[in-house]
Amino acid sequence: MIEVRNLHKAFGTVKAVDGVSFVARDGEITGLLGPNGAGKTTTLRMLYTLMRPDAGQVLVDGIDAATDPTAVRRRLGVLPDARGLYKRLSARENIDYFARLQGLDAPTRRARIEALIAALDMADIAERRTEGFSQGQRVKTAIARALVHDPRNVILDEPTNGLDVMATRAMRTFMHKLKNEGRCVLFSSHIMQEVGALCDRIVVIARGRVVADESPEGLRAQTGAATLEDAFVKIIGSEEGLAA
Amino acid sequence: MKSALIVFWKEIRENLRDRRTVINTLLTGPLFAPLVFVLIINTAVTREIEKSEKPLPVPVVGAANAPNLIAELKQHGVEIKDAPADPERAVRDSDVDLVLRIPADYADAWNKGEPAQVELIYDQSQRDAQGSVARLQGMLDGYSRRSGAMRLIARGISPAVTTPVVIAGRDQSTAQARSGTMFAMLPYFFILGVFVGGMALAIDTTAGERERQSLEPLLVNPVSRGKILIGKLGATSAFATTTLLLSIFAFSVAGQFLPTEKLGMRLEIGAHFALLTLFVMLPLVFVLATLQTLAAAFAKSYREAQTYLSLLMFVPVIPTLLLSVFPLKAQTWMYSVPLMGQQVAIMRLLRGDAVAPFQLWLCFACTTLAAIIVFLVTAQIYRSERLAISA
Repeated sequence: MIEVRNLHKAFGTVKAVDGVSFVARDGEITGLLGPNGAGKTTTLRMLYTLMRPDAGQVLVDGIDAATDPTAVRRRLGVLPDARGLYKRLSARENIDYFARLQGLDAPTRRARIEALIAALDMADIAERRTEGFSQGQRVKTAIARALVHDPRNVILDEPTNGLDVMATRAMRTFMHKLKNEGRCVLFSSHIMQEVGALCDRIVVIARGRVVADESPEGLRAQTGAATLEDAFVKIIGSEEGLAA
Repeated sequence: MKSALIVFWKEIRENLRDRRTVINTLLTGPLFAPLVFVLIINTAVTREIEKSEKPLPVPVVGAANAPNLIAELKQHGVEIKDAPADPERAVRDSDVDLVLRIPADYADAWNKGEPAQVELIYDQSQRDAQGSVARLQGMLDGYSRRSGAMRLIARGISPAVTTPVVIAGRDQSTAQARSGTMFAMLPYFFILGVFVGGMALAIDTTAGERERQSLEPLLVNPVSRGKILIGKLGATSAFATTTLLLSIFAFSVAGQFLPTEKLGMRLEIGAHFALLTLFVMLPLVFVLATLQTLAAAFAKSYREAQTYLSLLMFVPVIPTLLLSVFPLKAQTWMYSVPLMGQQVAIMRLLRGDAVAPFQLWLCFACTTLAAIIVFLVTAQIYRSERLAISA
């Protein structure tokens, strides 16, 4: 479970995140929706302790990210916005590097990597060097290495960015699988269809603030709009930066 | 420490797969500099030796005015050439090294016993011509002295009367010391090798990691940034140390082909030299690797990092230049200054001069201290938030 309490972060005079609070529960998919530049990536970066909040608190499974960032990182599987691979290493070696950094012993490593290669359907690329991988193959490798330590909480920053239709569908199926395994899945997106199709709970962020925190049905009911898209536009107050 | 080792081995493995990095570390870095160095010295020495033995071609204006002088010069290996139409201009344009002009009144003055003038036209700023000019001047002086002595003897006076003082030079430099001045650049070549050897990794592990967007995922792992930094620095230092070892070895081999006997020099390039050089250079390897990492950590891209590192490469030249412009006497305090200490120590070791053990230890200790300081600064910067963000 991930709890965010009143997060603030400013870059110079720009308030990127200005009082964000929400809870992402286990066994649920929580969507962080907002236009480009709304503060999604910055919020996530504070969650996975890459940045320190100016104010506010992040709790992962009850552990405070400010007091024990290493323990928090151990409980998180993160697919950041930046998902570069080491191109002179094979996909398996890329995953193995992160497994070692997570401190897994050799038998656990082997078992986890095999399981992920099977789950993500990447047996054909596992031994290849990642140079020249397609976008989809790169994302698969990046997800495998993010989840190699079997984390309870999974954070995905725009996971379907740049993927084709087939890869996007595969990604959604995979996220459902993570949810059914009882994990807490938090992902960000600016594509409302995706959020509507996947999420149990939607947190809408605009201009660094949470403007709605509801289930998809609740969101429609709250705004009185017929479709989710209309509901988003009403909440955010403009159509800027939203893609269907 | 285990995580640092994981990072270390991954960087080593990944970079060993990069052909360009391996070539730079194992070939370009260690071999290029010593080979160029040996080649330059070889060429310079051989040219000097050839020049002093070869016949000296001298364009002469009015050779017919002084047949005896010309005959004497020919005996000493001068080849008399026809002079160009405008001797002054030909010298200025470097068409010829020098021109000897014998005026028409030479014979008159000679016969009257007055100083007979010959003109030597040359260009002082032409370094290449200086040897030829000095040789001809020597011959003319010799001819003048001998003729003067003959005249005195003809008048019944001992020629010794005209030389009240005789200078007898006693050169105290040892053969090794003479070679030392020529080899003042050698420590820089070692330092340069270390620089080239560590460069690829210093960039790849920082700016490269950021450029290919793999830094952020790496930092999300439950490993402190200090440990990641240690692993990366270790890998960079390992490559740089390999380069250093190879370049000391390459120089020891290539040094055998230097024409040192022709110059009456002796070089100490045995195991003793190699080991002590390694000893004073090792902490410097770490200083340079950390400095390179520090400079590259500021860069957003591979290219930007290369620019910073190229500028950084000029820093080690400073003590080399200082010591060649102001040939200061080696003093103990110099060993405590990183870079300068290595410069002085390696020079003296090469010349076969004594370096006290405490001076070597001073050099080692002070450079190690510098390494620790640079490391702490880099670690501080590595912890900053800005470093992790790729975009």
